[in-house]
Amino acid sequence: MWRTIRDLLRFNRQFAAGVVLLTLVAAYSCLSFFSPYPPNDSFVVPPDVPPSWAYPMGTTSRGQDLFWLLSFAIRNTLLFGIVVAVISRLLALVIGLVAGYSGGLVDRALMSVNDTFIVIPLFPILVLFYFVMREHMSWGLLALMMACLGWAYDARLIRSVAMSLRTREFTETGIFSGMSTRQILVEEHLPYVLPIVFSTTMNNINWSIGLEVTLSVLGFTDINTPTIGVLIYWANQHTALVAGIWWWIFFPVLLVVMTFVGLFLLAVSMNEHIDPRSRLGRTGT
Amino acid sequence: MTGYPVYLLTRLGQFALVVFIGINIAFIVTHATPIDPVEQSIAAATQYGSTSPEAIGLMRQSLKELYGLEGGLGEQYISFWRRVAVGNFGPSLSAFPTPVSVLIGRALPWTVSLLVVSTLLTWVLGNLLGGLAGYYRQSPALRFAGILAMAFHPIPYYIVAFMLLIVFGYLWPILPISGGYMMNMPRDWSSAFIGSLVIHSILPILSLALVGLGGWFMGMRSLVSNIVTEDYVVYAELGGVERRRILASYVMRNALVPQVTGLAMSIGAIFNGAIITEQVFGYPGVGTLLISAVYAGDYSLVLGITTVSIVAVSLAVLLIDLLYPLLDPRVRVR
Repeated sequence: MWRTIRDLLRFNRQFAAGVVLLTLVAAYSCLSFFSPYPPNDSFVVPPDVPPSWAYPMGTTSRGQDLFWLLSFAIRNTLLFGIVVAVISRLLALVIGLVAGYSGGLVDRALMSVNDTFIVIPLFPILVLFYFVMREHMSWGLLALMMACLGWAYDARLIRSVAMSLRTREFTETGIFSGMSTRQILVEEHLPYVLPIVFSTTMNNINWSIGLEVTLSVLGFTDINTPTIGVLIYWANQHTALVAGIWWWIFFPVLLVVMTFVGLFLLAVSMNEHIDPRSRLGRTGT
Repeated sequence: MTGYPVYLLTRLGQFALVVFIGINIAFIVTHATPIDPVEQSIAAATQYGSTSPEAIGLMRQSLKELYGLEGGLGEQYISFWRRVAVGNFGPSLSAFPTPVSVLIGRALPWTVSLLVVSTLLTWVLGNLLGGLAGYYRQSPALRFAGILAMAFHPIPYYIVAFMLLIVFGYLWPILPISGGYMMNMPRDWSSAFIGSLVIHSILPILSLALVGLGGWFMGMRSLVSNIVTEDYVVYAELGGVERRRILASYVMRNALVPQVTGLAMSIGAIFNGAIITEQVFGYPGVGTLLISAVYAGDYSLVLGITTVSIVAVSLAVLLIDLLYPLLDPRVRVR
């Protein structure tokens, strides 16, 4: 595995760029543990100071040092993406593997539900969810809700792989040697599916962070937990752009765009690594 | 019974299932809350100014009827479906007494036209460029277009719309950044009005297109670069068929089939994007209506828009599915 990563870093520029971007973002988010101020304290520094040596990213109109505040925000945002990805991956794996392995009626029923979740417009449902929860809305609740809605696309992908695995000989061998369905799925099929799961995880994190940013910018989340979207929300509340406090908007947007592009590059290069046909295409033969 | 009728029936069944599950999610979400939506709305409505206790009592009664909170859970479920079936979500609370259906009906044409124009434009352009990029792989211009399309693709709709707003609203103000048409303009079909409609729709369409383009581009490029290595394409090339004809009717035609399926699968996501784009640019569609309804605490409007969106998006998917056999004749004979 380490060899693969080393080769990817050396020969795949997209992978290398993605790793560099994400390492920067992750390292910055770790700085939050050394922050001199707790994230929710306001008016600890003079407000509206442009970026300078003392305040590398300036300060907000609420008297917060943007450099440290942003490190908390990106940490929460990344954590959100990872939590959603892990929960929805579990759902996608179980449903995809079971549907692909069982086939027949089980497969058809599961895939009908699956296609439904792909088609349904999630944003209005999440807005409705916020509307009925209001101040009971929390970071974790939103993550859980999104995980329950965001597994479908990958479950379909996993199912298509599981379907082909079922016809392979080692599956037959497993059945005849008395392995239970659960054992076959977990011990025999799971390892084959994992590379695809890794690649779709990046896309899923992108998707969930994107929705989280969108919802928080509108104020449709718990606006007291700093995330990138919540930061932009407060900047908009203080009309930062009109007031000329551009740094309050610029740095969060820059950081989140770095995250998106980094994750996307990783997903694309992993896809290429998994599908050798497109690797041939890259060399131009 | 084989072929088209079976296909038609399964698609219709899938449509019904999507609507059924979607509406059920809406029901569960609205009823699984620890908060009493009635008290919630009353608190929101009486936040400013004082309201007499009698008026609040009256409000509570009418809200309970409106929310269908009378009776047991089973009764509530049935009355919920009844309201969905006839499309009657009662009067809007923030624009009382205008019915919710009137408000949605007024906003829907804006969203539908924005979505249709931007989606068609993005899909056609992305597939065309992606197909060309997959076929003429050495072209530097197409490589550059690919990098550009990929750079915007992973960024969410909100951020792209927001960046366009900053660029064209503050740094280089040449395009209108808010509204669907110029204020105080008579709404007739004069050329001035249509021109104003077009100018106001440029930024929303542009931001939807910038995000959407990359996906179609990359999908098409990898499909085409796989298809060009197929034997029948090599055979056609050796047989001296014109390259343009090979690209159009040998390669692209086949590559389009999965892209149409992809379109049907991503309508929901594109709709999510349209909602937020409308809000950023103050476009008078369903998205702006939904978000302002949340701010106003207008439960019936939020619920109405959610339900209508679920039905409308599934209808759009059904429409694409029904057109699909035109492109893929295998569906008709199978």
